[in-house]
Amino acid sequence: MSSQDSEEGIRPSDGYPLLQTRNLTKHYPGVTALDDVDFELRAGEVHVLFGENGAGKSTLISMLAGANQPNGGAIEFKGKETPLHSVHEARDLGISAVFQEFSLIPQLTVLENLFLGAEPTRGGLLDKKAALQHGQDILDRLEFHLPLDRRVDRLTRAEQQMVEIAKAFRSDLSVLILDEPTASLTDHETEQLFKLIGRLKADGVGIVYITHRMAEIRQIGDRITVLRDGRYVDTVDAATTSEDALVSLMTGRVVGQIFPDIQFEPGAEVLRAEDIVTADDAVRGASLSVRRGEIVGLAGLVGSGKSSFVQACFGARPISGGRVWLKEREVTGQPTADLLRDGFLYLPANRHTDGLMLMRSVRENMSLAALNTRPFSRGWMLDRRAESRAVDELAERLSLSPRRVERAVEHFSGGNQQKVMLARSLTRDFDLIAFDEPTVGVDVGTRAAIYEFIAQLCRNGVGILLISSDLPEILHLSNRAFVFYRGHIQTELTGADITEENVLAHFFEREAA
Amino acid sequence: MSEMQATAEVTRQPGDRLKLLFVRIGILPVLLVAALVIFTMLSDNFLTGRNLMNVLRQSVYLTIVSLGQMLALLTGGFDLSVGTILALTSVVGALAMASAYAAMPEAVWLAIAIGCFAGIAAGTLIGAINGVGVALFNVSPFMMSLGMASVGFGAALYLTGGVPVYGMPQAFGDTFGFGSLFGIPAPVYVAAIIIVVLYLFLNRTPYGRYFYAVGGNIKAAGLSGINTKLTLFWTYLLCGMMAAISGMLLTARLDTGEANIGASMPLESIAACVIAGVSLRGGVGRLENVVLGALFIGLVQNGMNLARIESYLQTVVLGSLLILAVIADQIRLRFVASLKA
Repeated sequence: MSSQDSEEGIRPSDGYPLLQTRNLTKHYPGVTALDDVDFELRAGEVHVLFGENGAGKSTLISMLAGANQPNGGAIEFKGKETPLHSVHEARDLGISAVFQEFSLIPQLTVLENLFLGAEPTRGGLLDKKAALQHGQDILDRLEFHLPLDRRVDRLTRAEQQMVEIAKAFRSDLSVLILDEPTASLTDHETEQLFKLIGRLKADGVGIVYITHRMAEIRQIGDRITVLRDGRYVDTVDAATTSEDALVSLMTGRVVGQIFPDIQFEPGAEVLRAEDIVTADDAVRGASLSVRRGEIVGLAGLVGSGKSSFVQACFGARPISGGRVWLKEREVTGQPTADLLRDGFLYLPANRHTDGLMLMRSVRENMSLAALNTRPFSRGWMLDRRAESRAVDELAERLSLSPRRVERAVEHFSGGNQQKVMLARSLTRDFDLIAFDEPTVGVDVGTRAAIYEFIAQLCRNGVGILLISSDLPEILHLSNRAFVFYRGHIQTELTGADITEENVLAHFFEREAA
Repeated sequence: MSEMQATAEVTRQPGDRLKLLFVRIGILPVLLVAALVIFTMLSDNFLTGRNLMNVLRQSVYLTIVSLGQMLALLTGGFDLSVGTILALTSVVGALAMASAYAAMPEAVWLAIAIGCFAGIAAGTLIGAINGVGVALFNVSPFMMSLGMASVGFGAALYLTGGVPVYGMPQAFGDTFGFGSLFGIPAPVYVAAIIIVVLYLFLNRTPYGRYFYAVGGNIKAAGLSGINTKLTLFWTYLLCGMMAAISGMLLTARLDTGEANIGASMPLESIAACVIAGVSLRGGVGRLENVVLGALFIGLVQNGMNLARIESYLQTVVLGSLLILAVIADQIRLRFVASLKA
């Protein structure tokens, strides 16, 4: 139905350039997040931004929304060069963004949040009546059924998302930026959002839309701009471009090339988990087993419970039900230190918040999980010389660059930081290693090196759990795959059955059992 | 145009090198040299062997407390109750020692041992309670140690009614307060032993590394099999014990148990650490620098005394130095970023 809308409204090709970037560049210390990007948004179109994690999509929209300032290049609004210094400045021009991280104050009401920073006043005092009137107008226009006096932290995530979108309609809107808006919405709410997008298009609003979902691109996208490693790749027509073409534009190579060949020879079982339920309800009854010499992929959306499940097995998250066996010995609820000793390592997804001590040296970060074992210590004392030797070898083997092990980890690039964390898997003998999103924010070259690293471990008879939101990773590396959805395992796929269709089919909806 | 670029590069290079030097060594050496120069000019008696030994002896108490404070800062917290621990230790230790001495006047050393044990145990208990609150109940170190500061101070005043405690054996003060061996005061030996043991512990054992890991990234530490709660508990227990030892030494020097000592210790110990480059965000700090930091503060206080600067003004100077050190740390971080880019 939304395709009808676009035909009734202004055709995208008729729209004039509303928002344009020229040679837009953004450096962060150590990384170039965006490099020379040209992007054009016309009035009345839905322009999809497409690319891998870390391709620069978020950086681009943060600058379009005024939340970040570029180091080079220019942003033009309605044909005039317009530096955007703040989110407020962008809002005043009618450019509004809805980010994945909500900019809502949980303790304030819906109404207070709607007008935060732009409260209607009368004689210097808050004009509650006007705010109430205007707020209700906005919600009515959007057909959102929200109580204006409810505190935001009492709303569901989908309702919070609606508040966030409604905020964009405070003033006249000409550009709306949506960053994976449907990630937390139900089907019905998604449909409402798409209807709304259709109406906005008809009004000549330009919409920048980030999504990873092919179905959504088909349904509402007009044009697609693909970014890769911070660079502009191409802009294509949504209706005529095939999925395969999109994926190869996104990854920059024929899929499969960066993945190593692995002959799986599954051996003895190393991990068995039955009916795991976590105390925080993130996992509600999931069972699986891992054998030596195989890679078991765990797929699913963010928040589907795939990471929580492994963390629960690893003793890093309280379990309220179910049992875990490691090498045929029950280890349910045992502390992480014991599981490490028995040969189970979990490497977290977010290296900055969960994985690395950024201000400490490479040496200390690599040896962290093995400090109380040989060769890193003897008896009560650390063996500093043996530690240095072991770390030097690891740095060499993983081709850390630059190879300076006494340097603080924060001064390395993302890919090298990831290598430092991965090196932990070689500091002692492990029988089971869980990699959680091992290639997030990592360039393609390092990515291939990491896959080879994992494959090598697998060939040496280590059991591997690969937790990933990156579908090709699951498709090309795993021997068996489990798809998580809302804390349950939807399906188990083996060998040739691990296809994109099969995995995606279980990503969203629970099939009637 | 190319010429202009060339000159720009030439002028930038020495600046960068200076920046790099500052990034490497931090603010402390700069301050130390400045203090030495200024106070030598202000007073003839400053740069003499006798006075410097004086500085060393006077700095012992702060040094030991700062070492404990450093542990708390390393793990990303801090301890505001160190002053109270000094006071409570002094009062409890003096009371226990005086009554033991009164009960058995012939067993002087037994009385001293009982007193020291009781005092240090009382101070360590405050630290242990801090540790339980922070590690087990997730109370912020700020609230926990602030609350315990009030509890401990109140307890010390209640025990003594605010009156100094007399009646400790003469030998206690003679040995631990005024005694010396080979011309070096006894408290300096105690501090030296603590410094060596703690240095080995922090830098040569896995358990020492855990303190840095917990402050560096508590989640990463937990996922690497480190018992983060236990580490935090030990942090505050050791910090309390350190302050307690310092309190006992100070009691020996004063020859009385006092509830009013140590009030400036929280500020001075945190200042000593921060000036020495210990990060308030946790995970960074070197023990040898903290010792220098504490000595620096002792040096400044001594120098100001010799230069006859009023004691009220001295606290103004100390507070300013602390803020200056934090600002310098921030500038240093900015330099780190700019040198990288």
